[in-house]
Amino acid sequence: MTSYPDWWKLIFGRFTLEAIPYHEPILIGTFAAVALGGLALVALVTRLKLWGYLWHEWFTSVDHKKIGIMYMILGVIMLLRGFADALMMRGQQAIAFAGNEGYLPPHHYDQIFTAHGVIMIFFVAMPFVTGLMNYVVPLQIGARDVAFPFLNNFSFWMTVSGAVLVMMSLFIGEFAKVGWLAYPPLSGAAYSPGVGMDYYLWALQIAGVGTTLSGVNLIATIVKMRAPGMEMMRMPVFTWTALCTNVLIVATFPILAATLALLTLDRYVGTNFFTNDLGGNPMMYVNLIWIWGHPEVYILILPIFGVYSEVASTFCGKRLFGYASMVYATVVITILSYLVWLHHFFTMGSGASVNSFFGITTMIISIPTGAKIFNWLFTMYRGRIRFELPMMWLLAFMLTFVIGGMTGVMLAVPPADFVLHNSLFLIAHFHNVIIGGVVFGVFAGIAYWFPKAFGFKLDRFWGLLSFWFWVIGFYVAFMPLYVLGLMGVTRRLSRFEDPSLQIWFVVAAMGAVLIALGILCFIIQIAVSIMRREQLRDVTGDPWDGRTLEWSTSSPPPAYNFAFTPIVHDLDAWADMKKRGYSRPLGGFKPIHMPRNTGAGVIIAGLATVCGFALIWYIWWLAALTFIGVVATAIIHSFNYDRDFHIPADDVVREEDARSRQLGRA
Amino acid sequence: MREVSSLLRIFRFLAVLPLFALLGGCQMVLLGPSGDVALQQRNLLLASTGLMLLIIVPVMALTIFFAWRYRASAKASYDPDWNHSLPLEVVIWSVPLLIIIVIGAMTWMGTHLLDPYRPLDRISAGKPAVEAKAGGNGARKEPLVIEVVALDWKWLFLYPAQGIASLNEVVAPVDQPIEFRITSSSVMNSLFIPALAGQIYAMPGMQTKLNAVINHAGEFEGFSANYSGAGFSDMRFRFRGVDDKGFGDWVQGAIRTGSPLGREEYLVLEKPSEREAVRYFRDIPSDLFSAILNMCVDRAKMCTRDMMALDAKGGGGKEGIHIVAQLEYDKSVRRGGQPMPPRPFVTAICTPTDVYGTAGVTARVAN
Amino acid sequence: MAKAKAQAQAASVPAFYVTGDDHAHSGGSTMLGFWLYLMSDCLIFAVLFATYGVLGRNYAAGPSGADLFDLRLVAVNTAMLLFSSITYGFAMLAMDKGKQALMQRWLVVTGLFGLAFLAIELYEFAHLIREGATPMRSAFLSSFFTLVGTHGLHVTFGLIWLTVLMVQVSKRGLIEANRRRLLCLSMFWHFLDVIWIGVFTFVYLMGVLK
Repeated sequence: MTSYPDWWKLIFGRFTLEAIPYHEPILIGTFAAVALGGLALVALVTRLKLWGYLWHEWFTSVDHKKIGIMYMILGVIMLLRGFADALMMRGQQAIAFAGNEGYLPPHHYDQIFTAHGVIMIFFVAMPFVTGLMNYVVPLQIGARDVAFPFLNNFSFWMTVSGAVLVMMSLFIGEFAKVGWLAYPPLSGAAYSPGVGMDYYLWALQIAGVGTTLSGVNLIATIVKMRAPGMEMMRMPVFTWTALCTNVLIVATFPILAATLALLTLDRYVGTNFFTNDLGGNPMMYVNLIWIWGHPEVYILILPIFGVYSEVASTFCGKRLFGYASMVYATVVITILSYLVWLHHFFTMGSGASVNSFFGITTMIISIPTGAKIFNWLFTMYRGRIRFELPMMWLLAFMLTFVIGGMTGVMLAVPPADFVLHNSLFLIAHFHNVIIGGVVFGVFAGIAYWFPKAFGFKLDRFWGLLSFWFWVIGFYVAFMPLYVLGLMGVTRRLSRFEDPSLQIWFVVAAMGAVLIALGILCFIIQIAVSIMRREQLRDVTGDPWDGRTLEWSTSSPPPAYNFAFTPIVHDLDAWADMKKRGYSRPLGGFKPIHMPRNTGAGVIIAGLATVCGFALIWYIWWLAALTFIGVVATAIIHSFNYDRDFHIPADDVVREEDARSRQLGRA
Repeated sequence: MREVSSLLRIFRFLAVLPLFALLGGCQMVLLGPSGDVALQQRNLLLASTGLMLLIIVPVMALTIFFAWRYRASAKASYDPDWNHSLPLEVVIWSVPLLIIIVIGAMTWMGTHLLDPYRPLDRISAGKPAVEAKAGGNGARKEPLVIEVVALDWKWLFLYPAQGIASLNEVVAPVDQPIEFRITSSSVMNSLFIPALAGQIYAMPGMQTKLNAVINHAGEFEGFSANYSGAGFSDMRFRFRGVDDKGFGDWVQGAIRTGSPLGREEYLVLEKPSEREAVRYFRDIPSDLFSAILNMCVDRAKMCTRDMMALDAKGGGGKEGIHIVAQLEYDKSVRRGGQPMPPRPFVTAICTPTDVYGTAGVTARVAN
Repeated sequence: MAKAKAQAQAASVPAFYVTGDDHAHSGGSTMLGFWLYLMSDCLIFAVLFATYGVLGRNYAAGPSGADLFDLRLVAVNTAMLLFSSITYGFAMLAMDKGKQALMQRWLVVTGLFGLAFLAIELYEFAHLIREGATPMRSAFLSSFFTLVGTHGLHVTFGLIWLTVLMVQVSKRGLIEANRRRLLCLSMFWHFLDVIWIGVFTFVYLMGVLK
């Protein structure tokens, strides 16, 4: 290793030219592809003179609909990265047998499984879920925006900032090699001295700020901004689940922030929270991280349960069965999710009473979850089911998720967990519930609300193809992992001795390829739908015969969502309005009070990204400078009192007249 | 649509493939273990699966049936306002509740009976661990104590009664209760021998226990089930169940061929290495495991036991501030990282009773 | 015209939209939102307290709270923070009466008390570190410095915020937006007080009691 002079260290911290992995062909290839693709994109945007449009209409937008869409785009981009990691892992495990080292040395492989977990949870599932909530909730409750529109924009860019840091680690330095929850002492300074762990810490810390604030924002929105008449027990189920999820976010992400901060102090200052020596206690980290980590899985699944509920009642053409019990089940799950965290480490050696307490609380959660499944089931009963894409995803979910639920209860029995813990059975279980639950639900949600967001439906053929590739790919990829788990194969291994295992890994790899085709078909579906948008056009604003308020406005909705704030008289407000002969107001429009766009969120998040990067590489001057920049920008922003404006009544008239013409054509 | 349905047929076939392979008799060690503890854990696994299937299967069947029965084209009875039924609600909450009550009771009993800390009640089904005597209260069969240390990245097994140790191999007589006492030298690992019993974490500075017994002679796989760094994939060992004579021979062999393992040798052995061959050791100081557990194999370091005793009395006072020495922390270098700034550790002081006296002065760091 | 039509319909079907003023966007949810933020902040402190609870007696053969803490100093410090809370309360009373100048004076006093608190805390930290009782020495000291230091950081940000708000009030007066911000800071400032009472009891008093 060449030594660098002091002035270099002063300016560049511990960054050295060796940190660029130019000796790793896979990374160089990826970098070349990303760089070329990025350049092409930049050139295209420049050529089409779109920078101004993007900046004014999207990046600085405080419109919850645009922010929601940007969250979804972020989710799709990061899904590609996270899934590339998955394919590499499956490839490695399928060939690394009997002396064959595979193509990924541990140094690389260990980064990949860590990155896969971190990206899929924090930068795929979370943006998807947050994006759906952001887009749909204000529309469902008849509001014109969220409670804190600027904060919404800021939250989004902080999430992007975290994602950018994770992506940077690919080409500058390395990522963590510790598993997605980074247990110390392995993740401490003594055993993971490189920059990888620091990328992990700062990326999650910065993204976590965004998530927490977006949680605060959506709770305030749901509690304070519902349309008149929408009592709590008249809220759509998706809004209910969004409320519970955001309560969970606000009540758990601070725990993650504090826990990661303590680990950061251990690594940067030399404190002894989670070290082996001088009184530190690594078990405390494991407890704290799971006190966040278990509610986190409910943060992901609860709003998706909401999506399924909306889909079920819409496509069965009837009211959701057992609305009240659905709501109570959601609330019970919210509360219980705090009482189960220890089931992630029964094997740590807590006493039998502690273990069985947490085992039994875990099983109790399956009761409200089961009630939900029954509610969807009986929503189908005496319904008139239309097998549109969202409904297909719902059925695939119901059939898949119960298997995950069953294996979950198996894992919740502590003595059984002793043999299944950390095995590929566990991997299969949580992919079963996360893919079979969250991912299927996200696709259901995308197919369901896409026409609302863009004014045309998604292409059915490519959607079906994507659906079948995903569903079958899931089974082919993960059923073998259940079997391997029962064969006693543990997770995170990069090579194997027993050649009889290989066939299972090969099958699993084929499953991963099928899922890859599913993702490809999804992207083709989007492209084809855009090209065929005139045929797929939805002029009514209500393409599915929907039941909740978002379908009462046009597709895509105007910036102000509703020309007049709706009044709610019943659950399924829009179905009620349609039944009782609601007619759209055609005049008397007033100026509408709306928040103004601002670039402060982008600027602060950009500075935070640089600050995180500087901290990771010990470039102290830059870190200090950008931190001051963050505080200063926030202060300057607070001097701007001119944050809102009125959409003139004329504009509203023009917008609404256009809609009338459109409806006339229908 | 034709293409879709033909593709569908292919995919259905592919989806069924794994099931065929399932029938093809693979070695699912968790379902056919050789140790009694693992066997009981297997039974719990199967019982809970069976109970869950009671509800899963009807739900899946009903899902498919309803989806087919009430498809729009079927023109089946349609009741758009039907959304509530008290009897049905009672059923959908109470049936899962009943099943969970049963599994919960099983869990409570199973967790206590199969607590890894609990000495074994039985050697195998129908064969109690307590030898029946005329008087009734027989003596419990003394377990074979094996002290386990997870090192970077290999396993050290100490046999205190036999005075030997082995690396990456552990041997025990059939039908002999074993008590593993487990710790780790650096990071978290998990001791797992699937054929024998469930796993338990190995953590530095802490001791966990696992009571188990092997019922069939044979050679089984053991490994770390908790990711611990670069050499994790090869952190495997053999577990051998042998008859009493075989065990005696094995111990004799270890004494004959083994090399001495004192504190100095241990500190060398502790350094990270991968794919170590099986090795044996003898002449092991009786306090070695305790020193490893208390993280004071290096005599310069204060044992955590003493430190905790001192802390319980209110710490070492202001005089205690300076009884730390800078330890050149080489673990990161050994793991292929960059050199770390020196990390402090607490030095040993003369005696736990003479806390305030000469501690700061007499502490010396062995090189 | 449309209104008439809507009214005509109202006879047969209920009103399905608000024809009057749309409900105002600004401000309504700020207090709730800020309160939610405070609860999330409270959880950060909960974690730090829990950490201190677990590690607070792991002295690593080093000094304990009884060896290190100077209760008289901490008592003075506590008084500073409590006084600052009272004076902030006076400032809010002045705001309610619309007396801007009086309010600004009370805010200055609050800021000075806050500064005194920070100065004493920094002095205490410097003293401990000079003695060798650094955050690195033991898990007890790590958790002590982190808990107390995090509170101190909050006070620092509170002071920056206070200064900014005073400038804003002097530039724009007690307009609606500024009143709202002052109320938020008020909640924040009292919240820090409550946390400090926990710190004082749990860390200092119980640390000195053996």
